Amino acid sequence: MSSIHRAVAMVFVFCGVIVAVTSLTTHTAQAEQHTAKAPNLVGVISAANAHDTVYIDGYHRVSDVVINKPLVLIGRQAVIDAEERGGSVLTVRSDSVEIRDITVKNVRVDYTEDNAAIKLDAVRHVVVASCHIDNGFFGIYLSRSRDCTISDNILTSKQRDESSSGNGIHLWTSVNVRITGNHCEGWRDGIYFEFVHQGTVQNNVSTRNVRYGLHFMFSDSCTYSDNAFLRNGAGVAVMFTRWILMERNRFADNWGAASYGLLLKEITDCHVRDCVFEGNSIGIHAEGSMRMLVESTHFRRNGYAFRILGNCTDNTVTRCDFDGNTFDVTTNTSSSLNNFDGNCWTAYKGYDLDKDGYGDVPHMPVRLYAYLVESMPSSILLMHSTFIDVLDIIERLLPTVTPENLVDRKPLMAPYHGEQS
Amino acid sequence: MTGTLLRSVLKDSLRSRWVVIYAVFFALITEGLLFFTSGEARAVLGLMNIVLLLLPLGSMMFGTIHIHDSRDFIELVLVQPVKRSSVFHALWLGIVLPFLVAFTLGTSIPLALHGKLLSPLSAVLLLAGNLLTMVFFALAFVVGLTFREKATAMGVGFLVWLLLGVLYDGIILAVTVLFVDYPMEVPTVTMITANPIDLARIFIMLTFDQAALLGQTGAVFRQFYGSALGSIVAVTCLLCWIGLPYTVALRTFSRRDW
Amino acid sequence: MRPGADNLVKRFGALTVLNGITTEFFPASVTAIVGPNGSGKSTFMKCALSLVTPTSGRVYGFDRSRAGSMAQTGRYPDNLTPRDIFALVQSIRRTPAPYKDTLIETFDLGSHLTKSMRTLSGGTRQKVGAVLALMDDVDILLLDEPTAGLDPVAASRLKDIVAERRLQGATVLVTSHILSDLQELADRLLFLLDGKIVHDGSIDAVLSTTGQSTLERAVATIMTRSTS
Repeated sequence: MSSIHRAVAMVFVFCGVIVAVTSLTTHTAQAEQHTAKAPNLVGVISAANAHDTVYIDGYHRVSDVVINKPLVLIGRQAVIDAEERGGSVLTVRSDSVEIRDITVKNVRVDYTEDNAAIKLDAVRHVVVASCHIDNGFFGIYLSRSRDCTISDNILTSKQRDESSSGNGIHLWTSVNVRITGNHCEGWRDGIYFEFVHQGTVQNNVSTRNVRYGLHFMFSDSCTYSDNAFLRNGAGVAVMFTRWILMERNRFADNWGAASYGLLLKEITDCHVRDCVFEGNSIGIHAEGSMRMLVESTHFRRNGYAFRILGNCTDNTVTRCDFDGNTFDVTTNTSSSLNNFDGNCWTAYKGYDLDKDGYGDVPHMPVRLYAYLVESMPSSILLMHSTFIDVLDIIERLLPTVTPENLVDRKPLMAPYHGEQS
Repeated sequence: MTGTLLRSVLKDSLRSRWVVIYAVFFALITEGLLFFTSGEARAVLGLMNIVLLLLPLGSMMFGTIHIHDSRDFIELVLVQPVKRSSVFHALWLGIVLPFLVAFTLGTSIPLALHGKLLSPLSAVLLLAGNLLTMVFFALAFVVGLTFREKATAMGVGFLVWLLLGVLYDGIILAVTVLFVDYPMEVPTVTMITANPIDLARIFIMLTFDQAALLGQTGAVFRQFYGSALGSIVAVTCLLCWIGLPYTVALRTFSRRDW
Repeated sequence: MRPGADNLVKRFGALTVLNGITTEFFPASVTAIVGPNGSGKSTFMKCALSLVTPTSGRVYGFDRSRAGSMAQTGRYPDNLTPRDIFALVQSIRRTPAPYKDTLIETFDLGSHLTKSMRTLSGGTRQKVGAVLALMDDVDILLLDEPTAGLDPVAASRLKDIVAERRLQGATVLVTSHILSDLQELADRLLFLLDGKIVHDGSIDAVLSTTGQSTLERAVATIMTRSTS
């Protein structure tokens, strides 16, 4: 945060010096205000000087508008309808552009060009706020940009198939971008990060997207917090990434044959805390993940709460509540190198005689049946059959097959979060 | 003639307090599950276990007992000018119909009170329960007519129930373990289809949203049974499970010495 | 056609109960079927009633719509009342049951008609059985131990009715352990032993050939003769 402040402060100082210098040498010191009415949006923008403010009124049927100088664009019930004309609707090629309160509609679907409603290309200090993007191919698209803010936008698109739909907020090779308070619905991926460094995703809602609500690839040192990812085709994916903090997010109702609350693949040193996974067919699916800490997280009513594959090592899961999941933990290995101590399991049948808050007998969260399903997927058809129930009871009494070191040695007797409704 | 006999058997069945107890049992257990269980999924799981486990056992036991307790009635009517097949139809319907009604009413009333009667899940549960009742009464008649000792018949009936309700799934699992290196989707689906309890279980699970958990194998199942051919196979299978034991029992009845 | 049996064989597993029975029964006659326990009397009766299917050979002429019968067991559905049972059998036979009311009066069943069978004594049940067998206008009567459990009054009334039916032309088959009853009722004796007919003749002829005065002694003589 302080680095941003410092950067902003430096920018102000820098600008101040420039303004002071230019005001000393020229007479055009004052920023002007313009109003663009249809159909002269392009004309007004090109006529405006750097740092002017352009108010946009009414309904504009135009596409491929390029902003190549620092301007403030503010909509007053403004709609820019591209009518599928092609190209991106607003392309920002200048630093320090601010776009507010504009509705952008009907971006053309193109299989060779990434057309977007608002495209930021190699710029810094751009703000896109309180805009409506309706039916875009891509919504807000950032490439090779840094220090930008995308906030409080509402982005909706018609759900199409994966190949003919783009992403809501798309970041490629960008640094220090803040994504806050946006609502993304009906895109391929609600929010997409590829080669992003130091991104922040906060207070967003991403829902009903064709594929992922949030998709992280090759992006390190990012934070996402206080977001809700609901009813997405495949949930949230964080892949090939390190140093990610995920906190206070809600992953819910991502239900389908290949749907995850959170898919973690080849990631290291990530931290998940205070999240809620509810009603997902798979809460967290982790493969090839290392040194991850999952804590204080609630898993409720998921099919599989936590699926951790054998190639995950040195992960810690603690102070989590597992409540009413069909399978709490599943794995495909008989020896686990992860630590599951100190969680609360509603499936725990033990007791706490010494009243220290921890059960006196260890809890094995992996059911024998879960192990069978991992190794023989077709045996899933035996779910909820009496034979399997009997088998599980026997296994609980005489553990033989379930991973011996995937065990909670200190199961919590009461939910870490207290009883929840 | 079947009608005349049926009326008499029905009168006899309805006088038996077991039908009422059976209905009350289903009503209480359904109400209990809906009232005390937190979360609909768990209530559904409970109901599913009742329908898939207790109901077949009940049908099997009541069916074998019925055959043995009806001996007097059978001997009374067989010496009259009637066809044996008419007597058989009346005997079967006379016990199955009250139990179908008892189960349906007993389960429906609490479901209706909780406003859940008109859901697809209730429909599938009721349908499965009704079909399994018919299947297991037909099987019970085979067992009851084949084994002349009441205790033996009940024992064998219990074993048949144990085989279909519990051990069969163990056999599927054993086969799956044995052929772990082969794709087992199709054989598993086939084996599931061959057992009425398993078939009913899968259809209930496909209806309440556990379907996604069934993964690839479930997809194979759904793909097959979602098609017209599959539905025909499923229905045919269940009807066979009623029809075949029924026919066998009818043949046994027609040739049996009293 | 006269009812009869033609080389009738019945086996239960390894046990041969009836071993080639060939005979015929005549109208206006009462045939007493006697023999020691296990000789096949009841099985023969059940074959005639088609409760038991022959292993080979056949029984014929016992058309169930023309026949009334009393089973040996005397057991009836527990939950039904005599009235229910009469109604059921009537509706199956599609008969107005011309003798029913008289029989109910004769056997003094009026007060028991609406009680469930479970609550009735063995004798009363036997009376219900007698009404069932005799209430329709039938010309074949198959009576397996008809007087078992009956009090003397009811037993003699039953015998009177059977004698009356015989006079009306009925073909009657009767088994009983009480040989004096048979002596009173029957005109023909069929003696079964190990599933075979070992003696067939009129009661009078049996009495004269054995030189005995009662049927019981005559039968005992035949039994000792045949087994030795």
